[in-house]
Amino acid sequence: MGATTLRGTSRHDWMALAVRHRVLLSAVFLLVFPMLMPFKAIAVNILIYGLFAVGFNMLYGYLGLLSFGHAALFGGGAYACGIVMTRFGLPWWLGVIAAIGAGALIAAVMGGLAVRTRGIYFAMVTLALAQCVFYLAYQAGGVTGGENGLRGIVLEHIGPLDFLDPVTRYYVVAAFVVAALFALSRILASPFGAAMEALRENEARARACGFDVRTTRWLAFVLSGAFCGLAGAMQALHLGIVPIEMLSYQTSGTVVMMALLGGMGTFFGPFVGAGLFLLLENIVSLYTVHWQLLVGGVFIACVLFFPRGVWGTLLHALNRA
Amino acid sequence: MSDLILETIGVGKKFGRFVALRDITAGFQRGQLTGIIGPNGAGKSTYFNMLSGAFPPTTGRILFEGRDITATPQHRFARLGIAKSFQITSLFPQLGTLENVRVALQAMHSRYDVWRARTRLHGLVEQAGALLEKVGLWPRRDRLAATLSHGEQRALEIAMALACDPRLLLLDEPTAGMSPEETRASMDLIVRLAAERTVILVEHKMKLVMGICDRLLVLHHGELLAEGTPAEIRVNETVKRVYLGQREH
Repeated sequence: MGATTLRGTSRHDWMALAVRHRVLLSAVFLLVFPMLMPFKAIAVNILIYGLFAVGFNMLYGYLGLLSFGHAALFGGGAYACGIVMTRFGLPWWLGVIAAIGAGALIAAVMGGLAVRTRGIYFAMVTLALAQCVFYLAYQAGGVTGGENGLRGIVLEHIGPLDFLDPVTRYYVVAAFVVAALFALSRILASPFGAAMEALRENEARARACGFDVRTTRWLAFVLSGAFCGLAGAMQALHLGIVPIEMLSYQTSGTVVMMALLGGMGTFFGPFVGAGLFLLLENIVSLYTVHWQLLVGGVFIACVLFFPRGVWGTLLHALNRA
Repeated sequence: MSDLILETIGVGKKFGRFVALRDITAGFQRGQLTGIIGPNGAGKSTYFNMLSGAFPPTTGRILFEGRDITATPQHRFARLGIAKSFQITSLFPQLGTLENVRVALQAMHSRYDVWRARTRLHGLVEQAGALLEKVGLWPRRDRLAATLSHGEQRALEIAMALACDPRLLLLDEPTAGMSPEETRASMDLIVRLAAERTVILVEHKMKLVMGICDRLLVLHHGELLAEGTPAEIRVNETVKRVYLGQREH
C-alpha cells in the first residue's frame, strides 16, 4: 500500500515536471522528429499544420468555441506574407510579422461578430465570414492572383542558412513553432489563461466573478488568429505560392479534424493530430485514391471511442495510473 | 433621511405575455439583513435575478448607492461591490478549492494580461486562503471543487462571492438542499457576514428568515404584499392568509 502510494506520487511528480517543462520537451521532440520520420518531406507539413491546429485549439480546446472559419486566419496570414514579399518586395521576416498581424486582424473582425453567438451559430457565423474572405481573395486577382493563387514567393537564404535545403527548412520552421509554443505556454499560465479556464468551467460563475465573457472570448480569438497567421506565413514560405484553397472551407474542416484527432485542450495534441492526419493521407494515398474514406473512418472511430483524441487519451491514462 | 444601499423603483418583469413581477418599489437599508420571502412562484427568483443583474427589468429602475444600474451588464457588478451566490451551486468544478477563490479574486485585479505568470500576482493566494478560513474550508483547500460535499460547495460559493469584498451580498436560497446541521452552520455564517455588510437573501423556509433577518419583504403573485420587521410580518393578516396559512416547509 505504502509502495503503491509512493509510486503513484512519483508518477504524478513526473507529470507535473513534464507540464512545467512542456515547451522544452516539445522543442526536444521536434529536434529529433525528422530523424524518426520515414517521409522527411511531410515533417515540415506536420509542423505547419500542427501550429495551425495549435491556434485552432486555443478557441476550441480551451474555450469550447467551435470555429469553422479558421481557414481565413491561416490563408489570410499566408496571403499577407506573400503580398508583402512579392508586391512590396520586402524581406521575408516582415512578411512573417505582417502574417501574424493579418491573422490577428481578421480574427478581431470575425471574432467581434462571432463572439456574440454560441454553439452552432458560432460555427455558422465563422464559416460565413471565412467564405467572405475566400471570395474577396478570389475576386481581387490583381493583388492575390485570384484562382491561380499567389505565386513567386521566393526565399532562398536566411543569413547563412540555405532555406532550400529540406532539413534546414524544417529547423527554421521548427524554431518559429517552438517560439509559438513558448508564447502559448505563457498565455496558458497567465491571468488571462486562468480567465479562459474559468469561462470554460462555468460561464455564469465567471461572469458573476467579474469576467467579461465576450471580451475574453474575443481576445482568445485574436490570439488564435495570430498563431494561425504565423502558421500561414510558414506555409507561404514553404510552398513558395499561396494556393487559393488555403482559404477554402475544406481547410477549416481539416484543422477541426486534426485538433479532434490529437486531443482538444492539450498542449501537444495538435501536433499529434496533424501528424496522424498527414501520415494517413500520405501513406494511404499511395495505395488508393480514396484515402479520405479511411481518414474519415479513423476520424469517426476517434470521435466515438476516444473523444479525448489520441494524445488526450494517452495523457488521461497516464494521469489516472 | 435613511441610508438606502439599493432601491427598486416600479420594477416589473414580463416573460412574453406572462407577468412575473409587477411594479415593485422597495428600498434596502445599508447594513441590514433583509429577507425576500414568498410562496413558490411568487416572483422571488425573478426579483433576485434583476437585483443581481442576471437580466434587466421590463419596466422600472434599480439604483445602487444612488447610481442607476438597471442596464449595467452583469460582469460589472462585482467591481461595483455587489456579489451573489446562485440558487443552484455554481463553481469551477475541475479547479481546486483554493484556485476557485483565487480566480474570483483575480477577476478584480487582472483579466486580460496574457504574458505575466499568474503566480506573480502576489497576495492573491494568501487572500484566497483567508477567505477559505472564514467559511471554514481551509482544510479542504487542495481538493477539487467537484469533490466537496454539498454544504461545502455552498460555503465555497460564499467565499467566492466575498472575493470582490462586496458592500452588498445577494444570496439566493443559501440553504437549499442542506441537512439541518449544514443549514445551522450556514445560517451562523450568514449572520456573521451580515455584521460587516448589507445582505439580501431569498428564502422560502420561513422559520429560518424570521430568526435572523432585520427586515422582510413578502412577495406574492409577482407583487409586493408586505414589508416590515419579522415581528410585524408575523402578525400581518394578509401575509398570514396567503403564506403562513400554508404548511410550513
